[in-house]
Amino acid sequence: MQFGLDKFFGIGQQALKIHSRRAEVLAGNLANVDTPGYKARDIDFKAALQQVKGGMGDVALRTTNPNHINSAGTSPGRIDDVLGEMKYRIPSQPSLDGNTVDSLKEKSAFMENALLYQTNLQFLGGKIKHIKSALKGE
Amino acid sequence: MSLLNIFDIAGSGMSAQALRLNTTASNLANAESVSRSSAETYRARQPVFSAVMKALGETPAGVGVQVDGIVESQAPVRHQYEPGHPMANESGYIFLPNVSMAEEMANMISASRSYQTNAEVAKTSKQLFMRTLSLGQ
Repeated sequence: MQFGLDKFFGIGQQALKIHSRRAEVLAGNLANVDTPGYKARDIDFKAALQQVKGGMGDVALRTTNPNHINSAGTSPGRIDDVLGEMKYRIPSQPSLDGNTVDSLKEKSAFMENALLYQTNLQFLGGKIKHIKSALKGE
Repeated sequence: MSLLNIFDIAGSGMSAQALRLNTTASNLANAESVSRSSAETYRARQPVFSAVMKALGETPAGVGVQVDGIVESQAPVRHQYEPGHPMANESGYIFLPNVSMAEEMANMISASRSYQTNAEVAKTSKQLFMRTLSLGQ
């Protein structure tokens, strides 16, 4: 019998990856708070999760030559696809030098993201505990 | 690992802001440095920041910051008529730097706040990382 560990953890692990990627993007925004011309970016979490889940359909490259490598089946679940869901933030008060980072907004987004990451960890930890107790059979 | 990249990004932010604090300190320290001619007068320095894009092939999710260089202010230097001053030129003028105190103080506060933010980001990332490591224990 095969026990699908990936399936057991479900969407949680994908969400964790996106949260960590989002933390990186937001940290980049905060580091560039005084960089002239820098445009703040963010990840659209919902769209990114859909993308990683493969819920938007399996997008494969067309092969026109038998030597081409078939790309089908590689597209869902790739964390790099998340970068396609990166958007520029709409500035509320852009500065004269073209910088659109609102440090307060970015800070709260970073905090929120960190909390969600920890929530996700908590869920995953719970699932691991379940497996452990099942294995012990106490 | 994107959580590890955050340390690079926050670190680049901290070093850039520290350099900015450095130039501010230098400007404030030299605010009253007198000289004989306008050419040799100290001029206010400011760093120029730019976003650093990762090398090709890597996924550029977060972007760090780098210091492109330091520029000197082009504002005219102050001159004062003080014939009794030992540094006065033949017409009796001394030259003072074009450092604006208000500007430098604002710069200093902005730099230290930004530094704090980056330090906070690194701290939070460390916490997330440690909690991830202890997953399932």
